[in-house]
Amino acid sequence: MNSWGLQVDALDVARWQFGVTTVYHFLFVPLTIGLSVLVAILQTLWHRTGNERYLKLTKFYGKLFLINFAMGVVTGIVQEFQFGMNWSDYSRFVGDIFGAPLAIEALVAFFLESTFIGLWIFGWDRLPKRLHLASIWAAAIGTNLSAYFILAANSFMQNPVGYRVNPDTGRAELTDFVAVLTNKVALVTFPHTIAGAFLVAGSLLVAVAMWHLIRNRDSAETPTYRFAAKFGSWVTLVAAAAVVISGDIQGKIMTQVQPMKMAAAEGLYNTESPASFSVLTVGSLDGTRELFAIKIPYLLSYLGTGDPNGTVHGINDLQAQYASQYGPGNYAPIIPVTYWSFRFMIAFGLAAAAIALLVLWTHRKGRAPRSKWLLRAGLVMPLLPLVANSFGWIFTEMGRQPWIVFGEMLTRNGVSRSVSLTEVLTSFTAFTLIYATLAVIEFRLLIRYAKAGVPDVTEQPEIDDSHDDAERPLAFAY
Amino acid sequence: MELTTIWFLLVAVLFTGYFILEGFDFGVGMLLPVLGRDDRERRVLINTIGPVWDGNEVWLITAGGAMFAAFPEWYATLFSGFYLPLLLILLALIARGVAFEYRHKRPEPSWKRRWDAAIFFGSLVPAVLWGVAFANILRGVPLTGDHEYAGGLLDLLNPYALLGGVTTAALFLTHGAVFIALKTVGEIRERAGALAVRVGAVAAVLAVVFLAWTLGIRSSTAAVALAAGAAVALLAGLAAARVRREGWAFTGTAVAIGLAVATLFAALFPAVLPSTLDPAGTLTATNAASTPYTLKIMSWVAVVFTPIVLAYQGWTYWVFRKRIGVAHIPQH
Repeated sequence: MNSWGLQVDALDVARWQFGVTTVYHFLFVPLTIGLSVLVAILQTLWHRTGNERYLKLTKFYGKLFLINFAMGVVTGIVQEFQFGMNWSDYSRFVGDIFGAPLAIEALVAFFLESTFIGLWIFGWDRLPKRLHLASIWAAAIGTNLSAYFILAANSFMQNPVGYRVNPDTGRAELTDFVAVLTNKVALVTFPHTIAGAFLVAGSLLVAVAMWHLIRNRDSAETPTYRFAAKFGSWVTLVAAAAVVISGDIQGKIMTQVQPMKMAAAEGLYNTESPASFSVLTVGSLDGTRELFAIKIPYLLSYLGTGDPNGTVHGINDLQAQYASQYGPGNYAPIIPVTYWSFRFMIAFGLAAAAIALLVLWTHRKGRAPRSKWLLRAGLVMPLLPLVANSFGWIFTEMGRQPWIVFGEMLTRNGVSRSVSLTEVLTSFTAFTLIYATLAVIEFRLLIRYAKAGVPDVTEQPEIDDSHDDAERPLAFAY
Repeated sequence: MELTTIWFLLVAVLFTGYFILEGFDFGVGMLLPVLGRDDRERRVLINTIGPVWDGNEVWLITAGGAMFAAFPEWYATLFSGFYLPLLLILLALIARGVAFEYRHKRPEPSWKRRWDAAIFFGSLVPAVLWGVAFANILRGVPLTGDHEYAGGLLDLLNPYALLGGVTTAALFLTHGAVFIALKTVGEIRERAGALAVRVGAVAAVLAVVFLAWTLGIRSSTAAVALAAGAAVALLAGLAAARVRREGWAFTGTAVAIGLAVATLFAALFPAVLPSTLDPAGTLTATNAASTPYTLKIMSWVAVVFTPIVLAYQGWTYWVFRKRIGVAHIPQH
């Protein structure tokens, strides 16, 4: 939007496209990250115990995993291409540094993930059991590794390290690759993101199992679903604890390297020591005046600095400091967006953990949950961490604004100069439409297959290469 | 050898690998309505590439990533300049990838018909547009002195580039038909083998004209040798397809596609994106490259991991080496 009012330019649309495609992509990624490991654990349990219950759950959640996996893969290609298409000046500026983790991610992680997923899907009767089990683990490791490289790339945008700007070319150049990979922002963002992913995956296990427990209290599969509900709840709780701990460390690092983002998370205009955390604030429309607030004293100081009396810098002070450092301009993000996305992230994540706790409590010592409300709460559970993840990304990316690379490049200077408004509008519209359509299709398929319940498992035929099994149907086929 | 030359070669190898591998995937997708007469036959076709198409597509993601890391200027100018063709390729790849996974998830014929259409168009569109894109890279595009694309969509739709698009589509069709003949049994195998010879003849004519035109635009000794090799490999592949030596036929089309892509890169070098407007705008392997430090790190990563990737991906093809036919398709 420019100074004349509601006029849209290519920069705005490119930003909206990045936001929409990234949040959309990240609806599928957490489930791929978390569920790949959980399915691998279930299959390992089957391998170790021979108990068919685990095989049923492996196949059942494996199907849901694959429905979701396909979406993560195809929306991921857009992410890589988008930097060059819409953000070519950004790509020129950081390519020397930013391209490397992307290329390594593809070579080291995506090949592993995609090749072994293929082996796992089609290999039930083609591979010895141990190799087949190893395939799902290889895919899970590939998926989790990929997260590290892409988060290292993103962390460079939040806290650029290991580089210098070449005065002749005006480009950022890599000077220390190890520093880029061990960026302290990356080291803490990785566990936070992975834990957030397991929050989603654990919740999905609970939701699907609870649905079957509501529908049929005494079926032959009730113990199977009870196991899944409890296993999923434990995963959710452990993940929630990991999210809180890593998030706490992240907050302190953020206060050091991106103090403006911390101030914007709180809507803290003036420097305070000690600073209180507002649970909820109703402000005036322009966000500069407070009308009503619930505050927890000392908490913001603790979150930001680890000391209840620590100083947290306010937006106004930081704005003045940046203006003298980088020249005139507005260096604050859109405060209502950062303020609320930060709170929604925390609230939705904690809500999922609370439900997991209730599910476990009602299952204690072999009891069965009776409350319809609890069962219903279990059903909405996976949506809560999904929303929390989305708000987390919205917060961290919007909180970095107006920078695309903090302190080095403004977002508005990173956009492609040769791409017209018409082109980027076409692209934004096309992606939004195809993504919306696929979201509906994917959601319906997930529901359909979740409702179908655990499959019957018949004994796997042993692999026999000695004679030609020309007429035997494949164990799995598209 | 200069690091920038090594990375030019590596990017060339990655795209060559991508077109050889996803080339037959695209061919199978385009042949779905032609060779698959009912649902079971179409499932046979899809399952010939079922376990491998995703791994094949990662070659593109790696090629894109390598281009970004090693030649940021090339990546930035190319991707922002070829905006609408790349958008169409992305949309096609999205629809196609989801289609493979979702097609068999519901029994209704209308559901399957829609995903069949997604697979067909999702394969046809990139098969044509990659040819258009690479022909334009070779031919050169209008670039300003600071390497910004100064043309429009119509500049990309010139006769040479359109011939390039038709040629890649015909080559991938042939490659796909040969692959199907190699991987199936029964009637489909026979039909695919016969079709490969007929489509292959058209592809051979197109490829020879296109490569000759290419060498007319820009050339080098290596490019001429590679183009000649591509023509010989294609003819040998087709001769093998005629006598139903399917393994040799597939080797022939694979080598032909590989050498044809290599011809383009050899003719292009040392430029990576020539400018038809301001000669100063031409991007080369030198002026588009990252720093030696970045290239060195990337080289080590490539040296260590590329053989590992090739080993396990090759092993996948070995695991799924058996031919399939309608009898192998389960009821659901």
